[in-house]
Amino acid sequence: MTDAIATREAYGNTLAELGEKNRAIVVLDADLSKSTKSATFAAKFPERFFDVGVAEANMVGIAAGFAIAGKIPFASSFAVFATGRVFDQIRVSVAYSNLNVKIVGSHAGLATGEDGATHQATEDIALMRSLPNMSVISPADGVETRLAVESMAANPGPVYLRTSRLKTPAIFDESYNFKIGKGTIIGDGSDVSIIATGIMVSKAVEAAELLKKNGISARLINMASIKPLDEQLVLKAAKETAGIVSCEDHSVIGGLGSAIAETISEKHPAKLHRIGLNDKFGESGKPDELYKKFSMDAAAIAASAKNLLNKTGE
Amino acid sequence: MSKSIAELGEISKTVRREILKMITKAGSGHPGGSLSSTDLVVALYFSKMKHDSGNPTDPERDKFVLSKGHACPLLYAVLAEAGYFPKEELSSLRKLGSILQGHPDRNKVPGIEASTGSLGQGLSIANGIALADRLDKRNSRTYCLLGCGESQEGQVWEAAMAAAHYKLDNLCAIIDKNNLQIDGKTCEVMNIEPVAEKWMAFGWNVIEIDGHNFGEILKAFDESKKVKGKPTMIVAKTVKGKGVSFMENVCGFHGKALTEEELAKAVEELK
Repeated sequence: MTDAIATREAYGNTLAELGEKNRAIVVLDADLSKSTKSATFAAKFPERFFDVGVAEANMVGIAAGFAIAGKIPFASSFAVFATGRVFDQIRVSVAYSNLNVKIVGSHAGLATGEDGATHQATEDIALMRSLPNMSVISPADGVETRLAVESMAANPGPVYLRTSRLKTPAIFDESYNFKIGKGTIIGDGSDVSIIATGIMVSKAVEAAELLKKNGISARLINMASIKPLDEQLVLKAAKETAGIVSCEDHSVIGGLGSAIAETISEKHPAKLHRIGLNDKFGESGKPDELYKKFSMDAAAIAASAKNLLNKTGE
Repeated sequence: MSKSIAELGEISKTVRREILKMITKAGSGHPGGSLSSTDLVVALYFSKMKHDSGNPTDPERDKFVLSKGHACPLLYAVLAEAGYFPKEELSSLRKLGSILQGHPDRNKVPGIEASTGSLGQGLSIANGIALADRLDKRNSRTYCLLGCGESQEGQVWEAAMAAAHYKLDNLCAIIDKNNLQIDGKTCEVMNIEPVAEKWMAFGWNVIEIDGHNFGEILKAFDESKKVKGKPTMIVAKTVKGKGVSFMENVCGFHGKALTEEELAKAVEELK
């Protein structure tokens, strides 16, 4: 097992390693490189790092130009600014153009904490997921982030990578095999399924333990690849357990929960409870206080799973 | 492909006829701003730019980004004239299944560098291309054509700041200053003047020319190559609808196709 590390740290470290072997990689940031951790790459390869200042729209366009000229640009900022602020730039210059641009949003969700709602990206998955050609990856820990970034550099096409400010406990060890479009069962179970993404995976692990104490066997699935979604794994969970609880540090509208709902309602209707921001903005506070307040902590996930089982039994 | 001024004038006439024909055939499109930019783009593709229609992705090519994407009938006519695809394609403009979309798609048309149409994004893309060419030590230049109404987009000024900051002397932008936009005169809708002074203040080398005088156009592009340490902006004074008497300086022809009768008259004037 590896140590707890924030996914944004793992992003910076991996880029700096990859930069050595892959000279086509260039990195852009919009005055937040110390926070997004692209500064780790910048320190090693200053000639391939471009801080465009507080100008995210221009950053996305420059990244598109780099891709046209054969480079592999990673453009980072806080997830709110890297997606919502520049949605049209990403839509036309990146997604419609189908260019090899990697958009990286750090500080996703309530994990951003004290900065409050303006800085907590809670609609970014919904926005990026709606764009044709765009893949959306939300890794759970350091190992998964490293493998995701390596995969992004190796495979052409637009990708949105979502990282988090907080340290996350290690979920995976070095034997883990990340594949875009694939989810992973990290704890098998037969009563109910919990499908989580990003920082919520570690909370789902805790929730599964709480459920176990109550005699409930939860299948725990990590879904880093929100688009393309591992539909087979979702449908298997829908068929083999009483229902699914989705967990994301994001609005319940348009994110992982919505992707699961779309899949099961069309292909195998099943019970679904969505954990996430319930059509609300976040607020300032410590992340743990926020997760509790918005019913997104381990206790809330476990309660939701129990509730789902009870309702199924009625 | 360095043509004489007389030859460029003939090519411009042909291109203008093709633009109007294809837009009338399509029943919609943007003729006004295509005609105002024609001489500038013809000068690039048939005199100044290093490019090869047989090898449109050659890394050493000069690149052209049409930031004012709605003027794509012009770019389509120029690319067809330069041999990037058969001229017969031009009649498919805006039709279902055509490579010639209402706004340019880089994945459909050989020779189109950037998909544009949402205004204000092209100069940033041109910045990225110019930075990449410099990183790879390529002796290539990037050109970017903007509209004057387009300069109202904030992203243009983000890109203006960045190009000067990065000292992109391999970048040359052109503003097609025809002084009209969809809703009326640019100075009345949202004044962009003084344009030349703005670009100078942003750290650019600025050259003001008559955008329909090939002597001035060619000289400006030559000058832009000589300037070191800063990007060049060519402020080209143009006439919207240039070349057709009843279209010149008429705002109504921004996004409207000519009727068959109007087309016949226009083609006659462009002989």
